[in-house]
Amino acid sequence: MNYNWNWGIFWQPSPNGTGNYLDMLLSGLVLTIETALLAWIIALVLGTIVGVMRTLPSKTASTIGFCYVEFFRNIPLLVQLFLWFFVLPELLPRDAGMWLKQMPNAPFWTASIGVGLFMSVRVAEQLRAGIGSLPRGQKMAATALGLTTTQAYRYVLLPIAFRVILPPLTSEFLSTIKNTSVAITIGLIELTGQARAMQEFSFQVFEAFTAATVLYLLINIVVVIGMRFLERQVAIPGYISGK
Amino acid sequence: MFSNFDFDVIRRSLGYLFFDGMTFTLTLTALSAVGGLMFGTLLALMRLSGLKLLSRIAGLYVDLMRSLPLVLVIFWFYFLVPYIGQWLTGASRPIKVGAFASSLITFIMFEAAYFSEIMRAGIQSISRGQPAAASALGLTYSQSMRYIVLPQAFRNMLPVLLTQTIVLFQDTSLVYVLSIPDFLGAASKVAQRDGRLVEMYLFAAVVYFVISCVASYGVRRLQARIAIVR
Repeated sequence: MNYNWNWGIFWQPSPNGTGNYLDMLLSGLVLTIETALLAWIIALVLGTIVGVMRTLPSKTASTIGFCYVEFFRNIPLLVQLFLWFFVLPELLPRDAGMWLKQMPNAPFWTASIGVGLFMSVRVAEQLRAGIGSLPRGQKMAATALGLTTTQAYRYVLLPIAFRVILPPLTSEFLSTIKNTSVAITIGLIELTGQARAMQEFSFQVFEAFTAATVLYLLINIVVVIGMRFLERQVAIPGYISGK
Repeated sequence: MFSNFDFDVIRRSLGYLFFDGMTFTLTLTALSAVGGLMFGTLLALMRLSGLKLLSRIAGLYVDLMRSLPLVLVIFWFYFLVPYIGQWLTGASRPIKVGAFASSLITFIMFEAAYFSEIMRAGIQSISRGQPAAASALGLTYSQSMRYIVLPQAFRNMLPVLLTQTIVLFQDTSLVYVLSIPDFLGAASKVAQRDGRLVEMYLFAAVVYFVISCVASYGVRRLQARIAIVR
């Protein structure tokens, strides 16, 4: 292979004048983490609401939940980001559209909200499955004890359901982090974007992508370890994976 | 809101969108699904094999692919494939690889990791008595896999495999980052040429939505049908 390896490239100054190439990649890493965290909060909140709606006895609520899930699940994330970024400002009234277009950090907010909405569907489906996996007696017992539906969800169903779906939620969180890289198409220069920029400036393709790969692996390891710790912390003794 | 909506731009570009763009997307989806399934099954067999080294290698590959974003993998292969080609053919310089071949290799390698996890679950869902009975009948390992285990694993996992293929269909839109004219790429080209972003992106969203909806409805029907068999 006649490729000129140059691993020292990371310590050479980058052309954007803010330090060396490694700083460039690390700033991308920070942006990836920030976007992913905001997206994950949105996904958890909306996913919980929609997931609960789909398990409610009310026909209207479950229909709305179903439509929400179908809408966000059947359009590719990239197209959804384009819809929020390019299409939405045009469809809004003029003033609101202008405000959206001129917003500072528009790619960051669009990416966070877009990825958050996209992932909220996955959270909702996991939560629905989690609630569905609970014995029917739990809901009945809660009702028999005189709890309202809200109380039954708040104190009985959700605390257990979330513990059940914690392992799949870990992989959904990892997907959220990975999916932020799609926002490269709307101009968010996160980790993948910085690796691509470094490749374009320095022509050291494989070093740039190797570094990005290593950083993504590190994020994965940290998240997996963190979530295992969380699983152990919240485990109920004698129940599911509790000891 | 829709007052200056130009439907004509969609009608004018239909031919380009579907004959060039959608053909590319669907061909890429189908070939990647078949290739990914074959390679993925191989990875699953490696992972489940008694040989420590083989299962370690397969496990590492699957974990690596699954922890990287697809966009990064697309970039990786886009730059790596010419060098691999040079190494395989012994050419003096990195060979030129077309957009289609490059993205096909990317998606096969990437999806193989996901398909292998599905096939692994499928193989493990077959009761242990079956391969045991097969070897009692005198079938070799490859015969028992070919005739007994894999056909059943494949059938049990068919709905999951098809759902993954729908995800793959949506993911092929990411070749956009290489400016390849798949369906979305074609729509985006027209959108930028004619300054009609709203119309083209909404239309692309509708098309993806309809195709994915119909396909996942089909998968649900299929699932209901084969659920009775078991």
